[in-house]
Amino acid sequence: MISLRDIHKTYQMGDVLVAALQGVSFSIDKGDFVAIMGPSGSGKSTVMNLIGCLDTPTSGEYVLDGVAVDQLSSNDLALVRGQKLGFIFQQYNLLPRQSALRNVEMPMIYRGVSGAERQRRALAALNLVGMGQRVDHRPNELSGGQQQRVAIARALAGSPSVILADEPTGALDSKTSIEIMELLRRLNREQGITVVLVTHEHDVAAYAARVLTMRDGQLIGDQRN
Amino acid sequence: MTTLDVHAAPEPAPVAADSILFQPITASSSGFGSLWEVVRISFGSLLANKVRSLLTMLGVIIGVASVVSLLALGNGASASITGEIEAIGTNILTISAGSQNRGPGNATAAQNLTMDDAKAIEALQLPVIGVAPQLNSSAQIVAKSADKNAQIIGITPAFQVVNNLTMQQGSFISDEHLQGANTVIVLGATLAKDLFGNGQALGQTVRINNQTLRVVGVLTPQGGSAFGSEDDRAYIPITTAQKRLFNARTPDGNGYRVGSITLSAINASDLDALQSRVSMLLRERHHLKLDGSADDFNVINQAEILGTLNTITSMMTLFLAAVAGISLLVGGIGIMNIMLVSVTERTREIGLRKAVGARSHHILMQFVVEAAVLSMTGGMIGLMLGSIIPIVVTQLGVLDAPIDLQTVGVAIGFSLGVGLFFGIYPAQRAAKLNPIDALRHE
Ligand SMILES: Nc1ncnc2c1ncn2[C@@H]1O[C@H](COP(=O)(O)OP(=O)(O)O)[C@@H](O)[C@H]1O
Ligand SMILES: [Mg+2]
Repeated sequence: MISLRDIHKTYQMGDVLVAALQGVSFSIDKGDFVAIMGPSGSGKSTVMNLIGCLDTPTSGEYVLDGVAVDQLSSNDLALVRGQKLGFIFQQYNLLPRQSALRNVEMPMIYRGVSGAERQRRALAALNLVGMGQRVDHRPNELSGGQQQRVAIARALAGSPSVILADEPTGALDSKTSIEIMELLRRLNREQGITVVLVTHEHDVAAYAARVLTMRDGQLIGDQRN
Repeated sequence: MTTLDVHAAPEPAPVAADSILFQPITASSSGFGSLWEVVRISFGSLLANKVRSLLTMLGVIIGVASVVSLLALGNGASASITGEIEAIGTNILTISAGSQNRGPGNATAAQNLTMDDAKAIEALQLPVIGVAPQLNSSAQIVAKSADKNAQIIGITPAFQVVNNLTMQQGSFISDEHLQGANTVIVLGATLAKDLFGNGQALGQTVRINNQTLRVVGVLTPQGGSAFGSEDDRAYIPITTAQKRLFNARTPDGNGYRVGSITLSAINASDLDALQSRVSMLLRERHHLKLDGSADDFNVINQAEILGTLNTITSMMTLFLAAVAGISLLVGGIGIMNIMLVSVTERTREIGLRKAVGARSHHILMQFVVEAAVLSMTGGMIGLMLGSIIPIVVTQLGVLDAPIDLQTVGVAIGFSLGVGLFFGIYPAQRAAKLNPIDALRHE
């Protein structure tokens, strides 16, 4: 499903080169539930951005779902993101003036999905995450946990191959964090959806089946729970 | 595996295995189906910021409103001026005595146009309705119980044909009157009324320069023209004017002066040819050398005047519209300004849309459509507001200033152009945003 080989990512900050990733290689199978851990600045977000096709590596190979995506143009990357990936963000990133339903439908607009099918899929996804009763609510009428559920529904609705979540519980209290992680585990187990998430909390990582540990831009641990 | 309480979570709805989420997504790969949705997104965000959208449009509204009203008023004014000239006749050629650049030493040159010149022009048998020499002077007309200063115009019978004059009472100056230099006079309608009251003029006598003249006719009211009312004038045989009233003998004593000679062409298209033929004849008769010495007469071609006036009025209209166009330009800059602010404000939104699959052209489209909708709506409102003054002016009968299709087209076209031109830069900025940076934007 996901295969990274000897990935390097170097950022230029003025005259200084920052080696954010220094030869990272790993594969993730279909249906797996993977947590990436590590201290701040270790390169977790950088690797997630690469997996999420939001960025391209300086060197190395990346194959996603049979497609070599490491050298695609930014527009082709956008196409891949829309078709294969679902994103969950720490800050939810819902459109504030739109209802939960419209938020969940939004990514499908860019795939040319008809209005009727968008709505059926969005409603099914909202039901799946337990938000079926609040489809007309706007983000500011929902709690943080509820907003993150809507965001998960948005990631789910387009039937992605992988759901990517960079610190999905980072802005939530521990009780709500549990609800969200329970939901992700359910989706992984019952739907067979591949989930990759970044966290620095061991309680959160404990929900994953596999934990990758990073430090200083390198992979230093890979263990199964 | 965990110390957390797994039962704290509300139970999500169970999902059936045949859920739509397991079915392959049906999407039109072209992405054109999504363009309409992008347009809807644009409308949505404009409606979400109604006050700001309206303020942004204000510049275009004012610009288009002023372009529309100035174009309509300008076109109306120019049509009205043209109309007045055309009412006088566009087929008229007027030859007057005196050179175009008459200096102080040229006083005699001004006396050079004679009755014989007029006869010579007539002898050319040109395609004209008539050749009408005339000699004008203003004098005091004294009647029994009233007197008035008026233009006294010495004419030949051809004058009536050339100027389309009709009689209210009596008859016009005849050939007999002309031959005999008779002391007869035809009065304009207003003048007749001023001197004698309603319907009392015919057969009465008036005195001008100690000559007694008999009123043989009164003209029907002609109405005003750009050059004063013909109803205030009096007409006498040109021979009477020359010999009895105003002593218009030429300096050499052999003939009589005329003030001007008017030719009325059968076809207006002949005017230029007529002008050069008549000029040639007069130069010959006046013994002007072929070396290019100046004419001692002056030809006014009515069609030429009309053309010049048309050029002037359309230049005026264009100039006014250009000034109004500047405010449209300022309106466009206002749109660009707000669109740039809007792109910055919505950086996170743009980042999110790109992260979840929007391609550059989707974002470009969204913002270009927003700018175009802003300026087009502004243009429509401006068109409506700008039509008010021309419509009111037309209704009041001050000026006929219709809003023609061309004006509407210019207004809509310009506002759309302004929106696209000033919208494209902010939209490109938005489309180029990197989703990672955009999502991190606060
Ligand atoms: N856009 C960038 N420009 C320059 N340096 C960056 C950029 N993004 C990340 N980095 C650097 O790369 C390293 C890894 O960052 P990141 O992947 O965000 O770490 P983490 O998510 O594990 O906290 C850090 O040293 C960070 O400063
Ligand atoms: Mg990070």
